Amino acid sequence: MLTKEKAAEIFERVKRHSSADEIEAIVYGGHSALTRFANNTIHQNVAEEGYVVSVRTVFGGRTARATTNKFDDASLRQVVQASEALARVQQPDPDLLPMAEAAAAAGASGPRRHFEETAALTPEDRARAVGAIVGVAQSNRLTAAGIFSSSESCEAILNSRGLAAWHTQTSSEISVTMLAADSSGWQKANSPDVHNLDAVALSEIAARKARESAGPQELAPGKYTVVLEPAAVLDLVGFMFFDFGGLAVLDQRSFLNNRMGTKLFGSNITVWDDAAHPLQSGAAFDGEGVRRQRLRLVHQGVIENLVYARSSAERMKKSPLAGQVGEIQPTGHGFPLPNEMGEAPMNIVFEGGPEASHQTVSQMVASTGRGVLVTRLWYIREVDPYEKILTGMTRDGTFLIEDGKLTRGLRNFRFNQSLIEMLSKVEAMGTPVRASGEESFDMVVPPVKVRDFNFTEVTRF
Amino acid sequence: MKDLAAWALNTAKTRGATYADARLVDERARSLATKNGKVGHASDGASQGLGVRVIVDGAWGFAATDALDRPSVEATAARAVAIARASAQVKQHDVRLAGEKPAVADWTTPYKVDPFSTSVEDNLGLLLKVDAELRAVAGVTLAEANLNFRRYEQWFYSSEGADIHQVKFITGAGFAAYAFAGTEIQKRSFPNSFGGQYQNKGYELIEELELVENARRIGEEAVALHSAAQCPEGSFTIILDSSQLGLQIHESIGHPIELDRVLGMEANFAGTSFLTLDKLRTLRYGSELVNVVADATLAHGPGLGTFAYDDEGVPAQCTPIITRGRFTGYLSSRETAHAIGEPRSGGTMRAEGWNRLPIIRMTNISILPGEKPLTLEQLIADTDEGILFETNRSWSIDDKRYNFQFGTEIGWEIKGGKRGRMLKNPSYSGITTEFWNSMDAICSRDQWTLWGTPNCGKGQPMQTMGTGHGAAPARFRNVKVGSAYKGH
Repeated sequence: MLTKEKAAEIFERVKRHSSADEIEAIVYGGHSALTRFANNTIHQNVAEEGYVVSVRTVFGGRTARATTNKFDDASLRQVVQASEALARVQQPDPDLLPMAEAAAAAGASGPRRHFEETAALTPEDRARAVGAIVGVAQSNRLTAAGIFSSSESCEAILNSRGLAAWHTQTSSEISVTMLAADSSGWQKANSPDVHNLDAVALSEIAARKARESAGPQELAPGKYTVVLEPAAVLDLVGFMFFDFGGLAVLDQRSFLNNRMGTKLFGSNITVWDDAAHPLQSGAAFDGEGVRRQRLRLVHQGVIENLVYARSSAERMKKSPLAGQVGEIQPTGHGFPLPNEMGEAPMNIVFEGGPEASHQTVSQMVASTGRGVLVTRLWYIREVDPYEKILTGMTRDGTFLIEDGKLTRGLRNFRFNQSLIEMLSKVEAMGTPVRASGEESFDMVVPPVKVRDFNFTEVTRF
Repeated sequence: MKDLAAWALNTAKTRGATYADARLVDERARSLATKNGKVGHASDGASQGLGVRVIVDGAWGFAATDALDRPSVEATAARAVAIARASAQVKQHDVRLAGEKPAVADWTTPYKVDPFSTSVEDNLGLLLKVDAELRAVAGVTLAEANLNFRRYEQWFYSSEGADIHQVKFITGAGFAAYAFAGTEIQKRSFPNSFGGQYQNKGYELIEELELVENARRIGEEAVALHSAAQCPEGSFTIILDSSQLGLQIHESIGHPIELDRVLGMEANFAGTSFLTLDKLRTLRYGSELVNVVADATLAHGPGLGTFAYDDEGVPAQCTPIITRGRFTGYLSSRETAHAIGEPRSGGTMRAEGWNRLPIIRMTNISILPGEKPLTLEQLIADTDEGILFETNRSWSIDDKRYNFQFGTEIGWEIKGGKRGRMLKNPSYSGITTEFWNSMDAICSRDQWTLWGTPNCGKGQPMQTMGTGHGAAPARFRNVKVGSAYKGH
């Protein structure tokens, strides 16, 4: 693995080739491996190692970026020249700020996210776990498909104003689908520490879902009370957080335009962005090296705060919207410059309400007269960007709830659901957990029970 | 490059691989974007590396590195072998590859102007002209434009003796106008949404697109959508423009014909397929007018799925997928061809880059145009009542590819054979085979465009790939319209 010292040495070599007013290098990479299985067989099994240096130069309000994965002197000279050539031909941008000072990264540290045993996982370790998963499948007369991946990565941001931020972490993930003749079940988990993953436990839950949803029947589309497991919640709510960037509001492409400070969701919805949360992952600094702040985005249903990169905060302060959007300050949520997106909160933590009110998924089912339990959602896309209507499908374990019990598997539904309406109709929440889906980045969310969830069609399985 | 590959292949063979291939990739990209009169981003990327794929003990292993010195290359090949040995611990049977005569070849995308030879200043100048046209329209609140160039050079060597060098140029551009007012954000894009049009061509593509010439109209349409009528709900005759039909093909034909999905290999992520093996040559997929091919050959055009050889060294081919409405072919690989009784791969394996394993990908999955002359305006004139859908806005389909729902940026009411008022928020939905069986007209060759989808995601780890989709405007009867807004 690349070290902090090696990253600093690369930056020193990069600087030697530059004539720019300011220069920044992001050095990142690592090694990763993924064992993939299907039909109870490991059918793809890959590993890679690679590192990249990405150089941003600035000439009087003009900036550009160039990237290479070669670290010899000729390649470093070339990448600096490529960045400078792209920057020089532009018109100056009066909104471009000087690079962040060293102090901006101060205090950017979080919980340990690097675990030696995760970094050291071997193909044999992963194959053993997959063997156990396949064992669960075979003992249930099912077919298993899924992945077991692990990685060790690093990221350094260094600039000519003396800023130097460094992050290293490991990651591990298991995703399991169990297939029966006409049904399936699914589970997924990830963690920086592989000891938090239990391949057999995940497999047994997925297998139970596959077994219990066998012979799925069609239920007429309509509005139902639904119990959404955390992965389903994550994949839905993930579609709104890019709208919490200050630049999204300045660009008038956010559903929060004209809605800041209003009560948009139910009083039981409070959401934070918190990179230091023990169940979160990722670096404690943003794409400019600025320390990520803990910030409350939604308080008891009221849209409270936006996140800002440095330049978005400056622009917002000067804009006519300045008096309508709450506190304006750089929050350490910017993407690497230059970019059109600005910033976004990427370490979402739902509060989940008072602990005493938390319900397990089983308790939510038990309190439901008639409804639908959703394990997972699929192919979610935005239908309406301002009302935040999303469409998508249920998948891999959809059940009818009758009189507080799961009574049968259901054919999968298509939904067209407004997120705003959904978060206004949450009747119960569970303990927030680190959840992982396929449509959004990982976050800390609870399972929820929602009334009037809008299923519009049913598919053939 | 040959020496590098030899280090890898020799190491793999020495350590017990019964098959090995090595792909070396040298890639360069330029990406430029403007937003509201300023440069949004300007970036240049270069990447070089090696991927080694092996079969040991009847199982696959793959390892990749960007360190191209001899010790690193040999260590990477050794890692691939060790990974394959681990794979062999969990298998039901050995991997079998369909035979393929090893090719020795050198091929380059035909192009007129190397996009990297054009000046960045001119590139940005073009985008800023488009931007100015968009923002000249009162009510446009956000203008975005982009240009993307990619040069992808690959050397493929196999333990069977293949030695293939290919260079591809990929060029793309597009723009979008947003209009926010009241409680609506409306958007129009050109020439297609989500980045525009992409082909395996040089800079000449940009000159063909007439970006500046179309910007004012697109800006005006984005604003006009605010005062347009809401798309109605019900059963309608619909006409899809060629770009939307291209995406319809991608989602409801291109993905379900991938044989790896059919065989369960993608069950955990991308999903499986309703096209089980018993449906080959028996299923009526669409009406008699539906003729679809998977064509990677240059004769089909400069699509994002055009190449000389796939990433297993199999020559580009044209496979009939739907023939006069009947389902006739899958996308296959050397490993999967035997499952459909084929002695040879269909040549569809591609990898995103040096660090990814080749998997089955769509090539150019295109519907053939109608044989009789028919323009879009003539098709509208032939339609008593219906809705014309233009430019995709949202797309979703289930994991077996039965139930789909698409939204487009704009719709037009058709009444008495004439294009009438504008409709906002149009959507339609259906079941794949019912939909394709309802097609009763398709426009002719002069209305046919080979669209590029640059961002098709598949695989774990995720790989993004460009695919091509030729399509002409087509008409469908009794389609469910407006479900996306039902209940809101």
